[in-house]
Amino acid sequence: MHRFANPARFMRLSAAIMPWCAALAAVLLGLGLYLALFVAPPDYQQGEDVRIMFIHVPAAWMASFVYALMALASAVAIIWRHPLADIAAQSAAPLGAGFTLLCLVTGSLWGERMWGTWWVWDARLTSVLVLFFLYLGYIALVNAFDEPGRGARAGAILALVGVVNLPIIKFSVDWWNTLHQPASVFRLGGPTIAPSMLWPLLVMALGFMLFFAALLMVRMRTALIAAKVRALRLAEVERHAAAVLTPRQAALP
Amino acid sequence: MSPAVAKFLAMGGYAAYVWPAYAAAVAVLGGLLLWSLGAYRRSRRELERLQRESGR
Repeated sequence: MHRFANPARFMRLSAAIMPWCAALAAVLLGLGLYLALFVAPPDYQQGEDVRIMFIHVPAAWMASFVYALMALASAVAIIWRHPLADIAAQSAAPLGAGFTLLCLVTGSLWGERMWGTWWVWDARLTSVLVLFFLYLGYIALVNAFDEPGRGARAGAILALVGVVNLPIIKFSVDWWNTLHQPASVFRLGGPTIAPSMLWPLLVMALGFMLFFAALLMVRMRTALIAAKVRALRLAEVERHAAAVLTPRQAALP
Repeated sequence: MSPAVAKFLAMGGYAAYVWPAYAAAVAVLGGLLLWSLGAYRRSRRELERLQRESGR
């Protein structure tokens, strides 16, 4: 694990993997879009409106998945102080926030016609809104300290505390009465959704996942390069200081 | 516009809900993509510049 998480090794590995990831994401998202808009049948109750599902559900899965990943990276950062773990968590956060926002917006559009309301304060919707605020809170907290190390540590603790929200999101539709339908894909006894809709959904979800993986690598590489830039600037300043100080010191008796 | 295209765009009367949902996906994912790639390019240019200068 440590061997692969060495920053120099990560730069080499990600440079090799990233283009494939991005290309596969583009293919899957293109195929997913085609399947979702042209191939998947209209729902017998919801008609064409059901096509919102192919955006909403992958976005919702990614919203929770990215948070779980961010919390895992935060745990690694706290326990082993691994240099890449904080960078991974911080690079994932804005992406997770984006997926959560997309989930909320598409859910709202779907709900307006199917439930007759843009929003209800029920368990599922509220817990996902809390997830969105956890992402925003994490991003704000990490950037709130002058010393980056302290921000990273505070953020990691917040990310870990926020994990309690994930099972609440997952089981909210079972524990409480809600307008939101229960799980129809990841459930005991297998999916209840028709295969003609399940396949486009899975292609789209895989496309979302690879899109996230590619962008996560881009963002982690950006953070590592930025750290190198800071180190080089610091070295520059020190060399200048040394060049300015040394002759004067040499002139002293 | 051909009737087939018009029918597709109408989305069985749900056009005002389906298309904004897909537009939101393009806006959010596209925004994240452009933002991340922009920052990546800027950081790489900055590193190259610093390495050129310190190499002098």
